[in-house]
Amino acid sequence: MIQTEDLMKVYQMGDSDVRALDGASFTIEKGEMVAIMGPSGSGKSTLMSIIGCLDVPTSGKYILDGLSVENMDEAKLAETRGRKIGFVFQQFNLLARTSALENVMLPLTYAGVSGKERTDRAMKALERVGLSKRTHHAPNELSGGQQQRVAIARALVNEPAILLADEPTGALDSKTSVEIMELFQKLHSENGQTVILVTHDSYVARHTNRIIKLSDGRIVSDEINPNPIKAGAPRVEA
Amino acid sequence: MLFSENFKIAIRALRANKMRAALTMLGIMIGVATVVALLSVGNGATANITSSIQSNGANLLTVSPGKQQAGPPGSGGSQQASYLYYSDYQLLQRSLVSNVAAIVPTYQSSYLVKYGNESFSVNVTGVTKEYQETNSYKMANGRFISDGDNTSQSRVAVLGSQTAKDLFGSLNPIGKTISVNGVKFEVAGVLESKGSSGFGSSDDAVFIPLETGYNKLFGSTATHNDKKIVNRISVSVTTTEAMDTVSAQIEFLIRRSHKLAASDELDFNVLSQSDLLSTLTSVTQTLTVFLGAIAGISLLVGGIGIMNIMLVSVTERTKEIGLRKAVGATKNQILTQFLIETVTLSLLGGILGILLGVGIALAFSVSGLISSVITADSILLAFTFALAIGVFFGLYPASRAANLHPMVALRYE
Repeated sequence: MIQTEDLMKVYQMGDSDVRALDGASFTIEKGEMVAIMGPSGSGKSTLMSIIGCLDVPTSGKYILDGLSVENMDEAKLAETRGRKIGFVFQQFNLLARTSALENVMLPLTYAGVSGKERTDRAMKALERVGLSKRTHHAPNELSGGQQQRVAIARALVNEPAILLADEPTGALDSKTSVEIMELFQKLHSENGQTVILVTHDSYVARHTNRIIKLSDGRIVSDEINPNPIKAGAPRVEA
Repeated sequence: MLFSENFKIAIRALRANKMRAALTMLGIMIGVATVVALLSVGNGATANITSSIQSNGANLLTVSPGKQQAGPPGSGGSQQASYLYYSDYQLLQRSLVSNVAAIVPTYQSSYLVKYGNESFSVNVTGVTKEYQETNSYKMANGRFISDGDNTSQSRVAVLGSQTAKDLFGSLNPIGKTISVNGVKFEVAGVLESKGSSGFGSSDDAVFIPLETGYNKLFGSTATHNDKKIVNRISVSVTTTEAMDTVSAQIEFLIRRSHKLAASDELDFNVLSQSDLLSTLTSVTQTLTVFLGAIAGISLLVGGIGIMNIMLVSVTERTKEIGLRKAVGATKNQILTQFLIETVTLSLLGGILGILLGVGIALAFSVSGLISSVITADSILLAFTFALAIGVFFGLYPASRAANLHPMVALRYE
């Protein structure tokens, strides 16, 4: 599903080169639920943008769903992320003054789907996140949790190979966070959806089956989490 | 992705900031309105001049003194004065037998004209009977100068409609005596109004018999080397086809009478109405282009306003652009989206501006201040210009948006 080999990303900062990623190699199989962890500056944002086809590595290999991404041009990259990646962001990033339904239809529009098929698929995605009764509400008429559900529906609508969530509970209160984590776990267990969570919060990370830890652009640990927290269970600090 | 989708996005973005969109459009609207209105005024001036020249009869040749030159008469300061003589007229009258309907010599000078307490300076023109027909004047009252007036050197005058109104108000001028430079003339007739020709009114005039003028009014200024001079000889040709032939004959005859060698330049001009028309239309067309260019500057300023607002908009919507890219929008799709937004702004402004410009032009016409002619050309030009401004000034902000790095855009606060 995802196969990376010695990923490097070097940024030019004035006179010096900064290695945001310094040789990351890992494989994530279809249907896995994985957390990528690390403090800020560890390179997890850079890794996320490469996995999400928002950027290409300076060197190294990245194969997504059988496609070799590292040499793609801008247009091909845009098409790939539209079809293969479903993004969920901390700040939801919904279009203002635009109904939930239309927000969810956006990726389909760019993928060239139109008319009834587009509406039907968007409705179905909203049903999956439990928002079928709120389709015509604008973001400012929805609670934070509901907005994040719309964002998840938008991420799911193109049936992506990977659901890539960047601190998805970072802007939510703890009760709503639990609901959102429950939704991710449900999508993973019931539909076999591959989920990658990028987070600095180890409690959030422990809801997944595998935790990859980054530091200074390198993978410092990659371990199976045998007993993932079941969302909804009482919170126990490690 | 369909155009209509992009158009919907553009409309939604504009409606989100109605005031801003309206003010931006106002800039384009004023620019386009100015272009349409000023071009209409320019075209109006051209149409005016064309119609007034054509009202003088299309088959008229005008012989006037002076070297053939591009500039206006009298602009060549170092040139030797040249004259047309009354004898030239007599020569033409004798020699031109076919294709000619009438030949009219005129001498014109400005004099103080008085009646009662009213007095002002007017162009007084010495003419013959044929002048009325070649210049398409109609009588409002009384009669025009006759052949008898010329042979008997009678002191009669015919007034232009404006001069009659200025001197006599509502009184009937016929039979009244006016004084021209102290010489008494009896008013024999008043002409119908011909309207303004755009450069001096042909209704502001006094006509007297040419012979009377030479003997009693013009004095020594109307002679050179003891020969009577004329300002102009008008030759009315019977058919348009004969114009060139007659023109050549006139050149030949006067060249010989002025004793010019074959290598000498002509010291007189033979101009047809169409020559005059093309000279004057080229002047008014230059004027129109000039006016249009000034208006174009305001359109340019409007365009810069659009660019400014779109740059602000791109910055404000950085996160939105990042998101659109994350869900699969390509550079080109983002570019198109923002370009459609500017073009929509400039086209809406353009259409409103055309309506406003047409309104202003109509108001000019109706008020009678300035004549204006609205042409499809000027509307099309303004519309195209507005569209081009939208594309040109939209391209930079749109490419800024399109080239944003998606990850950087998503993280933008």
